[in-house]
Amino acid sequence: MSKHTFSIGGVHPHDSKISRECAIEKLPLAPTVYIQLSQHIGAPAKPVVAVGDKVKVGQVIAEPGGFVSAFIHSSVSGTVKSIAPRADLAGNPQMCIEITVEGDDWADGIDTSDTLITAIPEDNKAIIEKIRLGGVVGLGGATFPTHVKLSPPPGSKCDRVIINGCECEPYLTSDFRTLLEKGEQVVIGAAILKQVMGNVPCTIAIEENKPEAIAHINEVIGKLGYKGIDVMSMKMRYPQGGEKQLIDAVMHRQVGSGALPISVGAVVQNVATALAVYDAVQKNKPIVDNSVTVTGECFPHQANLLVRVGTPLRYIIDYLGGVPENAVKVISGGPMMGRAVANLDAATLKGTGALLFLTAEQTLRAPETNCIRCGKCADACPMGLEPFLLNRLAKADKLEDLEKNAVQDCIECGCCLYSCPAHIPLLDNIRMAKGAVLGAIRARAAAKK
Amino acid sequence: MIKIIIWTIAVVTVMGLVLALVLYLVAERFKVEEDPRIDLVEKAMPGANCGGCGFAGCRAFAESAVKAPNLDNHFCPVGGNDTMKNVAAILGYEVKAKAPEVAVVRCNGTCTARPRVNNYDGYPSCKVKAALYSGDTGCAFGCLGCGDCVAACQFGALSMDPETGLPVVDEEKCTGCGACSKACPKHIIELRPKGPRGMRVFVSCVNKDKGPVAKKACLNACIGCGICVKTCTHEAIVMENNIAYIDASKCKLCRECEAMCPTGAIHGVGFPKPLDKDAVKERIKKRKEAANE
Repeated sequence: MSKHTFSIGGVHPHDSKISRECAIEKLPLAPTVYIQLSQHIGAPAKPVVAVGDKVKVGQVIAEPGGFVSAFIHSSVSGTVKSIAPRADLAGNPQMCIEITVEGDDWADGIDTSDTLITAIPEDNKAIIEKIRLGGVVGLGGATFPTHVKLSPPPGSKCDRVIINGCECEPYLTSDFRTLLEKGEQVVIGAAILKQVMGNVPCTIAIEENKPEAIAHINEVIGKLGYKGIDVMSMKMRYPQGGEKQLIDAVMHRQVGSGALPISVGAVVQNVATALAVYDAVQKNKPIVDNSVTVTGECFPHQANLLVRVGTPLRYIIDYLGGVPENAVKVISGGPMMGRAVANLDAATLKGTGALLFLTAEQTLRAPETNCIRCGKCADACPMGLEPFLLNRLAKADKLEDLEKNAVQDCIECGCCLYSCPAHIPLLDNIRMAKGAVLGAIRARAAAKK
Repeated sequence: MIKIIIWTIAVVTVMGLVLALVLYLVAERFKVEEDPRIDLVEKAMPGANCGGCGFAGCRAFAESAVKAPNLDNHFCPVGGNDTMKNVAAILGYEVKAKAPEVAVVRCNGTCTARPRVNNYDGYPSCKVKAALYSGDTGCAFGCLGCGDCVAACQFGALSMDPETGLPVVDEEKCTGCGACSKACPKHIIELRPKGPRGMRVFVSCVNKDKGPVAKKACLNACIGCGICVKTCTHEAIVMENNIAYIDASKCKLCRECEAMCPTGAIHGVGFPKPLDKDAVKERIKKRKEAANE
């Protein structure tokens, strides 16, 4: 049994990986896709196509709106029907490019064959440029533009690249299937990232509930013969896949409050991101699709699907037989950090990793009772915060005290809420307060300028 | 035995006297001179400490008011003009009478007009709900119905109507302190002048979506058609972001916009008679014909 894990906090929910045997399957093209202009952290992209334009798969349809922003490519071939606001997963209006699908015509220069290209180009700058042009963003959930992460500020040095294959969220299996089915591509992607960061060692971290993946990746590394890439089997613990937690688990280094991972010499990329890097650098293929786990105990046709970006959720669900009658909640992402979908007509984003169906019993919240000061939340918090205190401060709107107690470090993993025996909605209040505090910090920074 | 008791009492008494003297001297030496008017002003205040004036409480208001060169930036919405007259008398300032304000709920998305499209089962707080998503109806701008405003009101002036799912303001109790307006994450509660004899006209919607989208989400929504702007002869209505807004200072309470609004988003309240829409429409028509001739 592996002992590698992060040092403080964490919980151990049942992993419920019920869709682990389902191979990744290509979803047929939807009749219409809606590609959101803001599907990464940072400034929304600016559209470069007009209504009525014909686009091909992989063609740029929006340019970055700033340094921290990303290219967006058409995921289908067809005609741009409209560029207008449309309700997203949470029901909030977001600018979307609507494309009517006509055939499946790929843009020139994209290698759509399955041939494995193992030779890595030598020019690192060209690699980063290719990653930027490929619209690659962190697919672990935060969707931070990858090229920005790979261009560390001057003076900082990278010691290790970590490829995050933990997939610590219950139910999710898309990264696991990617490791099994596209292990070679992921390892080559890892080798590219390793080279870009200055030929530092690279660790592919996989939780030990995925022994097949660990064995397969070890075999692939042996076969491809890359040096300096190893696989680390991790002890099962949530939130192992959190960036700061994983750095602690693999390198035993703690990232300070408000600091970036590069400050301790680490660069963390998700398995799906490594695959996207391979596609962008070796195949000239931008992010046009990503794998989505569709699962839940009440969902009869569980699947891991390769879905084009911008496919309406309803189309995916209908393809798999529709919403089951006893499902009351659809969650985009895992049960711990995912968000309830308010609008099934919304479309997938680059970062959409899963659709999870839950029944009334599974989503039932026990009534809130009084805090008994047991401290379980503080024990469970992987960031070393005191959720019970933050909760009280949040209720009293004490922004200064919240900031002193580092509410902005909260990673919203939900361990406090999961462990609370009094069922206090800790995370709901803390998340709200975090937003207010971050707003206040930003306003202060703007005032200084 | 007796000796011990006597000695104890004597020592404690002497210690007490000495320490009292020390305390007195220290207090005299480090005395903070405070304007006596602060206490007087604080006494004249209602003492609700609601923060409606923008200060932390009545004392903070008093401290600031005493230092201020005039009372232009100080107004107690709870005490109103009477309190401000007293405060001005204490400080020797002049104060302009302000029209009393009242909280107005600018959403009329009742359960029947604005059907639910999903069920919210999270923490029952509008703030939390707004941070999570757009709400359980098709309208991303309207009332979320968890009652943060009711909880924020210190005067018991707000209540949720179970039938409409919207907050109702009790005008008798509302002091216009604005706590509800600050508590609402969707900013649907606005402080508006009470108006002559409580009569006022306002747009009861904040939906910024384009007409068809707004209409689909809520039958009572302002669809931004602009008929009210064209109807108004006092230039009191502005149309911005697909939503009409009536400037209370320019509104002459003719209720023509209310009669013409196709969705009934414009509300007139406090009027003695219900609006006779046909008569008003007839009046507008005649006026237009006269203008054309």
